Amino acid sequence: MQLTHHTPALQDTRTHLHVLFLWQRTYLDEAPACDAEDAAAVRSIKACSSIRLQLTSPLDAAGSLCEGIQDHERKMPRDSLIPSENDTDIELDFAGEDDFQEAHERKKHRGQRRDTDREKKRRKNSRRKEASSSADREKELQPRHKKTERSRRRSAKNEQETKRSKRDEEGRGQTTRRKTAKTKKNIKNEKTKKTDDEMEGEAGERNEKGKKKHGSAKKGERKEGGSEHVAKEKTQVKKKKKRHKKVVETSSDQETSEEGDDEENANEDEEVRPESLSPEELEKLKEAVDEKKKLIQSLRGKPWLMKKKLVTLRESQEFVEKYEGALGKGKGRKLYAYKVMMTKRWMKFQRDFENFKTACIPWEMKIKEIESHFGSSVASYFIFLRWMYGINMILFGLTFGLVMVPEALMGRPYGTIPRKTVPRAEEASAMDFAVLWDFKGYAQYSVLFYGYYNNQRAVGWLKFRMPLSYFLVGVGTVAYSYMVVIRTMARNANESGIGDDNSFNFSWKTFTSWDYLIGNPETADNKFASITTSFKEAILEEQESRKDDNIHLTRFLRVLANFLVLCCLAGSGYLIYFVVRRSQKFTLDGLENHTWWERNEVNMVMSLLGMFCPMLFDVISTLENYHPRVALQWQLGRIFALFLGNLYTFIIALMDEINLKREEEKIVKFNITTWEASLYNGTVSGNFTAPPVTIHPADVPRGPCWETMVGQEFVRLIISDTMTTYITLLIGDFLRAVLVRFLNYCWCWDLEAGFPSYSEFDVSGNVLGLIFNQGMIWMGAFYAPCLPALNVLRLHVSMYLQCWAVMCCNVPQERVFKASGSNNFYMAMLLVILFLSTLPAIYTIVTIPPSFDCGPFSGKNRMFDVIQETLESDFPAWFSKVFSYASNPGLVLPFILLMVLAIYYLQSTSKSYKQANVELKKKLQMQNEENKKKNKRAALKAQLDLEEARKEASQAGELQKNNNASIQSQEADEENHSRNPRIYHGRNGRGPPPFTDREPSTRGPVSRNYHHGNLSTPRYLPGFSQQSDPTTYRASNLQNP
Amino acid sequence: MGNKQTIFTAQQLFYRYRDLAPQLVPLDYTNHPDVKLPYELIGSMPELKDNPFRQRIAEVFSEDGQGNMTLDDFLDMFSVLSEMAPRDLKAYYAFKIYDFNNDDFLCKSDLEKTLNKLTRNELTEEEVRMVCEKVIDEADLDNDGRLSLEDFQHMIVRAPDFLSTFHIRI
Repeated sequence: MQLTHHTPALQDTRTHLHVLFLWQRTYLDEAPACDAEDAAAVRSIKACSSIRLQLTSPLDAAGSLCEGIQDHERKMPRDSLIPSENDTDIELDFAGEDDFQEAHERKKHRGQRRDTDREKKRRKNSRRKEASSSADREKELQPRHKKTERSRRRSAKNEQETKRSKRDEEGRGQTTRRKTAKTKKNIKNEKTKKTDDEMEGEAGERNEKGKKKHGSAKKGERKEGGSEHVAKEKTQVKKKKKRHKKVVETSSDQETSEEGDDEENANEDEEVRPESLSPEELEKLKEAVDEKKKLIQSLRGKPWLMKKKLVTLRESQEFVEKYEGALGKGKGRKLYAYKVMMTKRWMKFQRDFENFKTACIPWEMKIKEIESHFGSSVASYFIFLRWMYGINMILFGLTFGLVMVPEALMGRPYGTIPRKTVPRAEEASAMDFAVLWDFKGYAQYSVLFYGYYNNQRAVGWLKFRMPLSYFLVGVGTVAYSYMVVIRTMARNANESGIGDDNSFNFSWKTFTSWDYLIGNPETADNKFASITTSFKEAILEEQESRKDDNIHLTRFLRVLANFLVLCCLAGSGYLIYFVVRRSQKFTLDGLENHTWWERNEVNMVMSLLGMFCPMLFDVISTLENYHPRVALQWQLGRIFALFLGNLYTFIIALMDEINLKREEEKIVKFNITTWEASLYNGTVSGNFTAPPVTIHPADVPRGPCWETMVGQEFVRLIISDTMTTYITLLIGDFLRAVLVRFLNYCWCWDLEAGFPSYSEFDVSGNVLGLIFNQGMIWMGAFYAPCLPALNVLRLHVSMYLQCWAVMCCNVPQERVFKASGSNNFYMAMLLVILFLSTLPAIYTIVTIPPSFDCGPFSGKNRMFDVIQETLESDFPAWFSKVFSYASNPGLVLPFILLMVLAIYYLQSTSKSYKQANVELKKKLQMQNEENKKKNKRAALKAQLDLEEARKEASQAGELQKNNNASIQSQEADEENHSRNPRIYHGRNGRGPPPFTDREPSTRGPVSRNYHHGNLSTPRYLPGFSQQSDPTTYRASNLQNP
Repeated sequence: MGNKQTIFTAQQLFYRYRDLAPQLVPLDYTNHPDVKLPYELIGSMPELKDNPFRQRIAEVFSEDGQGNMTLDDFLDMFSVLSEMAPRDLKAYYAFKIYDFNNDDFLCKSDLEKTLNKLTRNELTEEEVRMVCEKVIDEADLDNDGRLSLEDFQHMIVRAPDFLSTFHIRI
């Protein structure tokens, strides 16, 4: 029921968020601190960071996230666009691959590049080399820090040119000479570089900040950018062409653009030739890469500042990108790239799919909104409602698809046979709204009810087995409901299985009771109040566990309360029974001559009871003086009993009526035979060849069809229940809220805060109503296939109506029933209701023979005979034989016995597991206590020892006052030392035993004392006696979980 | 509050940040302007304004510790408080939020402050003291009279409601 299943999608997005901004920031503000990047290159990166940030984020789809930001950055002033650098180019090419459109839009930027291709390549090469030669880097870093941004750029460009060529040669020479040594050095460099950078990074940052405030630098840039603009325009066309080519060539890669990777790989072939590496080194490299990868993945969970994350992420990504290529060789590399690409695509697809799934969840936004206003408990009701809706959708699909539609389309049409025709006597009023509202007239003789279905074995050209389908759908709905409810319960139990221990009661109350989702002052007020009361309760409970006041009085009161409640229940049951019997009398008399109230008495009485009895129970429960949570459960249990009692009285009354109808049916059956005989005798006197008389089906006399009657009763009940719910909602909530709001201006007291105030949203009552409604659906669905459809409609309307009502006219309830804890309570009730509502349905199906002239099972002795019939006529002979053997009691009984045994075995094992669990928990707790005690004892002992030592020392000092002052200084020393360990211990109880370093310093003065020989015999050697302490510490520390 | 979304994007967050003070925050972040929104603005966000710990949240996530936030800090805050942040990360920041005096331990004064904020000073001093004692008694594993991060994490990961309540939706 909890919405845990979105998390993957959410997690992904979160990754996005992080990574995206990591990257953006990386290239925005960390630029000066980059390892060996030329200053100019750095600026270029900065300039194109908007592009890069879209494309280079490891999770490719991140691009879409920052489109908006990009939009703005597209508008960004020209000044920041520094003439073409290789990076820009690469990134843009990549853009062409990923989202071509956007790349097109940004051709302005691209147009500002003016470097030739050759230069670009050279630079790229040089950049690869840079990392390998740390000496060069150092040289370069030096000026960078000193110069201002402006001057740096100019000088750096020159420097760059000269250095690049130098380095190229240098690098080549190096690689050819000593390849294996080189890789080692690379790794080392990488490491040192990192540490360097971390230090430099900070300095760089500071520099950068200062520089940014330098507006003049910016202006300079702008000017330059303008002048260069013209030159760039020329190369624009050429560039574009080239980009297209590259698009074709490139295959996407994760960390950087593919193009860059390819070239980089080529470079690394020179630097780090995989063939030349020994397997161990390869292994090492692999390990290092894996480590970095892991770091990247776990970065999200690190509690670092954003800036630190940025630096680390960038570094490790560069490392991975650099050395990953070295691991694969030749074909393997391509395969690797392909694999990376595919995983990326797959991840993207998965994420999109998850997002899609989240978007498909109905009413998600509505529920979230309510959740943020009213907290999670109210939202849990709506989640429950949605879950119910889902179940009912499936039930509706089953009945609609397999029963109603086939009968309507392929069965015999309306008016062909008596059961499908409105009888002549009712024809006149069959279309009246009042009649239809009671589900009589045309509604009764339609696919909505049991009686309409024909007992034709196979209908239509599909030879659809209608009666069999009807029966199986009836069984299937119940079976499906059981399955779903039990599965949900098991899942809930799994989720909340660990949370039921009470060992951290107060801590949890302190640290997790505030719902950070709350964004509404009223809810916040209520939350404060509820937290306060919960604390007070907990404190009371804590105190109550010690004392016990007047148990006799409370016991008496509780018994009295229960007695009163029982009286209420019995009274309401009798009332319903009475009303139902009376209504039967009215029906026999004919409904026309009775008032509206008399006709709707049953439903009205049931609804009214359901409305007022809970209030009565509430009043009674104040007698009992239970803990609020316990009281709430009692209250729920009582309302449950009331509803159930009402429902069962209703069913019993219904059974009476069924029996009456069956009596009537017998008479009708007899009459029909005589009627038929008279018909034949009267018209065709002895002449058998004459065509049979055609009688209009409406004129044929027919039986009372009790099944349809039952179905009608349930449908009416549902309708009236729904109406009552909606009307109470409108009057009790909406009207009240309106009155309170608008009368408040002209009233004697504060209506909002005082007596009527706004109504609360009653979660438990609403959930109970929902559960009972569902119970009625399960009960009646067999006799009225339209019930699930009706219920779907009802729930749908409820969803919108209640959402609206909650948002506009309710205040959050004060008594907060936690959503997570109560879920399974509700589910358990649902299960009980399911069981109790299937009982009568199964009873009627098994024991009462179906009506003779209506419904799919007419003409059969029992409803389930349809199975046997199917087995005999539709399956081969051997199958029915096997089935009859299998259903032999001799086989079935042992099987049942076996199942019972298995259940017993499983139950006992689970019990023993539980016991073991409890035992373990107890053991842990004991160990904890013991540790605490031990610690305390150790601390005490240490203190005692210390005091003793001090005393001795002071004594010694007194005795040797005239001795040198060094003792005193040492004593002071000792004091310091002996105090330190305690602090140390206090700060970190799990740390290494703190007393070890004390030994030498404390032993000094004491041994001297000993040496002086002026002390009593029970000498204390602090270092010695405390030797035992560390061991106890260690032991206790090990025991700590 | 209008668009409650399960998934919020960096872009949305940026706009939320900017909407707090359009005159201060530029749309163009290319040059990474050094913009900080004061705590008064951050704390008045509808998501935070009813939270008793809003000041602490702002202080913990801001770089300067005063509650004045840069865009980075803002993003950091909402990523930690989003639904998909890992549990350990949340626990770490929850600890920091409840650690009022920034000494890396939850001592009695921190607990008292937490309680008073949670109940709006409705509890008597006696009651507050008792609850503090109980909390320390329950969660303090090494018996040093205050809660370290490990103690806190050990306790909080077992709490059934921690993950469902310690997040903010935008």
